[in-house]
Amino acid sequence: MKIVVCAKFVPDATADRRFRSEDNTVDRAGVDGLLSELDEYAVETALTVKESGDGEVTILTVGPEQAADAVKKGLQMGADAGVHVVDDAIHGSDAVATSLILSKALAKLDADLVVFGMGSTDGGMGVVPAMVSERLGLPAVTLGSEVTVDGQTVRIRRDGDTASETIEGTLPLVLSVSDQANEPRYPSFKGIMAAKKKPVETWSLADLELTADQVGGSSAWTEVVEVTARPPRSAGTIVTDEDGSGAAELVEFLSTNKFL
Amino acid sequence: MSNVLVLVDHAAGKVRKTTAELLTIARRLGEPVAVFVGEGVQDALPALGQYGATKVIALSNPELSQFLVAPKAEALQQVAAKVEPSAILISSNAEGKEIAARLAVKLDSGLITDAVDVQAGDSAGPVTTQSVFAGNYTVKSKVTHGTPIITVKPNAATPEAAETSPEVEEFDVSISDAAKTARITESKPREATGRPELTEAAIIVSGGRGTGGDFGPVEAFADSLGAAVGASRAAVDSGWYPHAYQVGQTGKTVSPQLYVAAGISGAIQHRAGMQTSKTIVAVNKDPEAPIFELVDFGVVGDLHKVLPTATEEVTKRKA
Ligand SMILES: Cc1cc2nc3c(=O)[nH]c(=O)nc-3n(C[C@H](O)[C@H](O)[C@H](O)COP(=O)(O)OP(=O)(O)OC[C@H]3O[C@@H](n4cnc5c(N)ncnc54)[C@H](O)[C@@H]3O)c2cc1C
Ligand SMILES: Cc1cc2nc3c(=O)[nH]c(=O)nc-3n(C[C@H](O)[C@H](O)[C@H](O)COP(=O)(O)OP(=O)(O)OC[C@H]3O[C@@H](n4cnc5c(N)ncnc54)[C@H](O)[C@@H]3O)c2cc1C
Repeated sequence: MKIVVCAKFVPDATADRRFRSEDNTVDRAGVDGLLSELDEYAVETALTVKESGDGEVTILTVGPEQAADAVKKGLQMGADAGVHVVDDAIHGSDAVATSLILSKALAKLDADLVVFGMGSTDGGMGVVPAMVSERLGLPAVTLGSEVTVDGQTVRIRRDGDTASETIEGTLPLVLSVSDQANEPRYPSFKGIMAAKKKPVETWSLADLELTADQVGGSSAWTEVVEVTARPPRSAGTIVTDEDGSGAAELVEFLSTNKFL
Repeated sequence: MSNVLVLVDHAAGKVRKTTAELLTIARRLGEPVAVFVGEGVQDALPALGQYGATKVIALSNPELSQFLVAPKAEALQQVAAKVEPSAILISSNAEGKEIAARLAVKLDSGLITDAVDVQAGDSAGPVTTQSVFAGNYTVKSKVTHGTPIITVKPNAATPEAAETSPEVEEFDVSISDAAKTARITESKPREATGRPELTEAAIIVSGGRGTGGDFGPVEAFADSLGAAVGASRAAVDSGWYPHAYQVGQTGKTVSPQLYVAAGISGAIQHRAGMQTSKTIVAVNKDPEAPIFELVDFGVVGDLHKVLPTATEEVTKRKA
């Protein structure tokens, strides 16, 4: 079985993330990037499926030069191969364009099972898996908190707002997993050494028979018109509880502000 | 005036508050046309009329509820072809976002998710506001191609009534076999708690690792205030509270009038889900906890002492 994990390279969420003033895109300079933490759950799912049957796991990422690090992390965790789609024209792509690039690459890879995270830790739209499913005409079972692959059937448990559901579909399909699905492994020393010898291909838009005017900022179908940093919250009142004084002052605050 | 499609969010005909918000927003952009999928359209009609739907398009094909989101996206595509809307508004929950994603591909249109505000803008179409990077930035955007598809977060607008008496138009949709490939084989409804819905609540009291596993004081304080209960991921991962109540990046994003964090340190991923709350209160025994950087009012103290005393006092004052 050919398993492909779509993994995004994102700026570190704990760093000071900013936007570039020239074009309102994410400023990647001076902020460390990494494999989106939520995509580690997708890598772990793929590796578990592989280990319980047979298969080959490929990490696919669309992103700038440094995004090769995301591919590398996946290989260190145990994936077999990597594909990095990189092209200057991709900069500024929106979700619709990103899904187009991923779909072309997935078609070229001829994947049986495509695994996604639940959402990136930067854009965080949680829409790319559904878009890819739509473009490839493949079934999608999304936001799995528990995943079983049983022959050609993929079954997930999804804990929704109003119900916990069992959802299934037949391979080939698109799967996305939540952060409840598993506990992603850390790369072992052996894994880190082995990753250096694993094959990574670099594809351009031309390799996917796409042209620059189909993707990127200039042809994005959404446009950011304004970015403002949230003003810092004004410093609040902090009291220390002594023998019930904290509760009394808290209730007084709630009362003054008409919450009672 | 142009038509603006609103996908109705409902449970068996009981219209969710988010739908009233979407209809209110739709009126800023044009004439709201409500699209109702499933059973119970007659039950929903008064609420849809109250918030200004000029027409209700009802889709009752049973396949729409059996096969997840793909058929709903197909149906909306067919409705859009007929109505030619100037924008499509959908609730920003897991299902709504997937429907919107598929629709964007089908209609060759730009998509904006998680809008916290939508305004008419100039002739170039609606301008949306998103809160991004854990709530640290506010971004205004617009769709520049196709029919703007916008998913809107709960509490993005205050519902304003504008009585209409919409007529119901049954609309026949055809669902392709390709859209019927992922099926729901089992569904266990969540137990009702009797508390307000987390994403819609005006007040939320959340507990974290500091509860030590006992959510009793958090729930009691929430109930005294008529609030919903939330939890941090540490509390959820420890099995103390169900995941459906997690607030944060991988849980719910909430924006209530009042958010009370008890025994929660205030990690960036938790902030991502609550930073835009109007008023923030914390109870934490560590004066250095980062949550105190956000608060309007903070109590340094043990939640097991502070919350029960406060609950008693609130109950007394309300009586
Ligand atoms: C703050 C912010 C707000 C944005 N708002 C919008 C908007 O409203 N509309 C819009 O069209 N675009 C928007 N974008 C751009 C959008 O984030 C990117 O186009 C992105 O490529 C796709 O969306 P996502 O990161 O939200 O992915 P999600 O849909 O959250 O990603 C889900 C999964 O898809 C996979 N995936 C996503 N991107 C890649 C990739 N590049 N390579 C490999 N796998 C991937 C991963 O498995 C990921 O877990 C925004 C970006 C930012 C930073
Ligand atoms: C990709 C990713 C996604 C994540 N998504 C989320 C998310 O959606 N939501 C989320 O919440 N987290 C999320 N996290 C986890 C987040 O980083 C923190 O680990 C988590 O929020 C910590 O929860 P906590 O504040 O309850 O626990 P802790 O950080 O352990 O804090 C407990 C606090 O309780 C206080 N305390 C202890 N005892 C008492 C007492 N008796 N009385 C009063 N105070 C007391 C302590 O002083 C401390 O400040 C995510 C992490 C990652 C990597």
